[in-house]
Amino acid sequence: MSEDEYLRVEGLKTWFPVTGGILGRVKSYVKAVDGVSFHIEKGESFGLVGESGSGKTTIARSILRLIEPTAGQVFLDGSDILKIKRRNLKPIRRRLQIIFQDPYASLDPRQTVRSMLVEAMKASGSVPDLAEAYQRALYLIGAVGLNEDHLFRYPHEFSGGQRQRIAVARALATNPEFIVLDEPTSFLDVSVQAQVLNLLKDLQKDFKLTFLFITHNLSVIRYMSDRVGVMYLGKMMEVADAEELYNAPEHPYTHALINSIPIPDPAVAKRRAPLAGEVPSITNVPVGCVFHTRCPYATQKCTDEEPLLRQTGERHWTACHYAKELNLPPPVTARRRQQTS
Amino acid sequence: MEKQSTQQALLQIEDLRVDFTTYAGKVKVLNGVDLTLHEGEIFGLVGESGCGKSVTALTIAGLLPENSEIISGKVLFEGDDLLKKSSNQMRETRAMKVAMIFQDPMTFLNPVLTVGTQLTESIDVRYGKSIGEGWRPPKSGDPLGSTTPSGRTGRREKKRILYEMAIDALRRVRLPDPERMMKSFPHELSGGMRQRVMIAMALARNPDLLIADEITTALDVTIQAQILELLRTLRGELKSTIVVITHDLGVVAEVCDRIGVMYAGDVVEVATVDDLFAKPMHPYTQGLLHAIPIVTGGNERLESVRGTVPDLIHPPPACRFNPRCPHAWDLCAKEKPKLLAQSPGHFVACHLYTQERKAS
Repeated sequence: MSEDEYLRVEGLKTWFPVTGGILGRVKSYVKAVDGVSFHIEKGESFGLVGESGSGKTTIARSILRLIEPTAGQVFLDGSDILKIKRRNLKPIRRRLQIIFQDPYASLDPRQTVRSMLVEAMKASGSVPDLAEAYQRALYLIGAVGLNEDHLFRYPHEFSGGQRQRIAVARALATNPEFIVLDEPTSFLDVSVQAQVLNLLKDLQKDFKLTFLFITHNLSVIRYMSDRVGVMYLGKMMEVADAEELYNAPEHPYTHALINSIPIPDPAVAKRRAPLAGEVPSITNVPVGCVFHTRCPYATQKCTDEEPLLRQTGERHWTACHYAKELNLPPPVTARRRQQTS
Repeated sequence: MEKQSTQQALLQIEDLRVDFTTYAGKVKVLNGVDLTLHEGEIFGLVGESGCGKSVTALTIAGLLPENSEIISGKVLFEGDDLLKKSSNQMRETRAMKVAMIFQDPMTFLNPVLTVGTQLTESIDVRYGKSIGEGWRPPKSGDPLGSTTPSGRTGRREKKRILYEMAIDALRRVRLPDPERMMKSFPHELSGGMRQRVMIAMALARNPDLLIADEITTALDVTIQAQILELLRTLRGELKSTIVVITHDLGVVAEVCDRIGVMYAGDVVEVATVDDLFAKPMHPYTQGLLHAIPIVTGGNERLESVRGTVPDLIHPPPACRFNPRCPHAWDLCAKEKPKLLAQSPGHFVACHLYTQERKAS
C-alpha cells in the first residue's frame, strides 16, 4: 500500500436481484460489479473505461453509496465508508462529489444558478451568511469560465457545454477532495468537449482534486487520466499507468479495445482485424475468464479457471492467466508513437 | 459551386436551403448546401449536432418532416430533380434506388414481425414485379437481375426466390446462421446484429445510393469496429455509392474516400480523406481536428474552438463561422463565401483564400 493512496476499493460486489414468478422470488442476480479491487492515488485522475454494461458507472455509484453495494470495502482515510450509517454519511458526501453525464437532467430547471450553488453550500454546512455565499458563488462561476450575469439565469438559458460547467461549479461548491466524473462530455459536441476537458484539467490542478473519470471513450481517457482501469462484464481486467497501458497492454481485451478505436488519421486508420463476437449478456456471464468467449488466445484453462487480478509489473495489474506470455503486437497507439519519434 | 471532377456524378445538390418552423421561430437549418457525390465512392458527411448533415440526407431521401420547408435548391439524381417528384414517385425511388439506414435500428424494425418477414418484404418491393420464369437474382454489378422474365411464376416459387435472396443478404453482412436469423424477432438480437439486419435490408435491394446515418454511434467500440470492417469489405462487392453521416472524424478516416465537413447548415470543406486530414484548409476543420483527443496522441493540451455552435433561428450573417473564427476579417460578416476549388478536388468555402485577402 503506497503512501499516496486516497481511496481503496476491495472486493466490491454490487449485485442486482432478478425476480420472477408470482411470488417475486429472487431467481438470480445481475452481477454488475463482481469482486473489483483497485486504489486511487491522491491528486491523480483515475480513468475507468469499458463498454456499455461493464459496470463502470455502478462502481462509481457504489463508492458514493448512491447504490448500496452487496459486499466489499471502500477505504477512505483508513475507515470503511460502506460501514458508516446512512444518516452519518453527510460529512463524507461533502468530500466526495459526482458530475453526471446528462447536464440536461442533472440541473433543476426551476432554480437559478445562484440558488443551486448556495443550496449545495448549505447542504455541506459550510456557509454562515448570504453575503459570503454570494461571494463564493461568484468565485465558483468565474472558476468554471462563466460570469456574474449567469448566476441569475435558469438552466434552459444555457447550452450543453455551459450547463456542464454549472454542474462542475455546483460540485465544487462543497469544497470536495474527490470528484467522480461519469461520462461528463459524452453529451457534448467535439468542439465544446475540448473546452470542458481543458477546464477540468485546470480545476484539478487549482483545487488539488482527485478524479475518478468514467467514459467509454478511450481517447478521452488517455487525455484525462494518469492511471487507467479497464472493465469488462463487471470485472477489472487490467490496471496500469496510462502511458504503459496504451503502449504495452497485457490483457488481450485491452489490446483489442485499443485497436478498435477509430483513429482520425487516414495514415494509421486502415488496418487490423476487429474482435469477433458480441459482449455476452450480463445476466449470463461466461464461467472461467469472462472474456474467454471472444479471446483469440483462450485455452481450456481460461474456461475452467477464473484469472485473478495480479501484479505483473511495478504499477501494472492484469487479470489474465497468460499476461506477459502472449507477445501481443504493439497496439496502433504504440506504433504511431514510434513513427513520430 | 463545386465543379464535377473526372468521375461520373451520381448526385448533385445545388444551393439547397431548408427551414424548419418551430415554436421558437424559423430555424434556418440548411443555408445553401452544394455537394456532389461520385459514383461508387464512400462519401463521409461530418459535423457537430445541428449542422444539417442529417437534414441533407433526409432531403435526398424525401423524408423531411412536415414542419420543414424547402426554400430553394435542386437535388439532381440520375438527371432528375428529386425535389420535384411527388411523394408517390419518391416512395418508388426509395424502394428502387435510394436506401437509408439510421442510428437506432429498433425504431425501424417492426417488433412483432420476424427478420425474415421484413427482409423478404423489402426485397419484394424492389424485385417482386420482375420475378418471373427465367429470372435469376441479381449479382453485384447487375442490380436488375437477368433480362425480362419470360413468364409468370407461381406464388410458391416466388416465395422461394425471395427467401433465398434474403438468406443471401444475411450472409453478405456476415450474420451467423442466417436460417435461424430469418425466424428471429428484432428483440432477440443484439444492437450490432440489428444494425447488420438493417444493412442487409438495404443491400438486398442493390440501391444506387445508400445513406448510413450515424449507424455506429449507438454501438460499443468493438462492435463498431466490426461494422466498419463490414462496410470496408462490402464496398469491394458492391457498386452502390455510400454516404456515411457521422460526427466522429475517426469513423470517416477509417472508411471514406472523400469527406464533406458541415458547419451550421453550410458545407465548408470537401476533400479526399488524405487531403483533409493532411492539410485541412477551413479554420473550422482545423479547429475541429485540434479539438479531438486522439488516442495515439499523448495528453498535450487540446486547442478548443472558442464559443459555441450558433443558434440557427438567428444565425450569424454571411459566413456562419465568423464569430468563432480566429482569422475572421471584414468580408466574413458581409458576404457568404462560396465553395471553391483551391487545389484539384479540394474545395473550401472561406474568404481567407480569396484574392483580396491574399493580396493584403
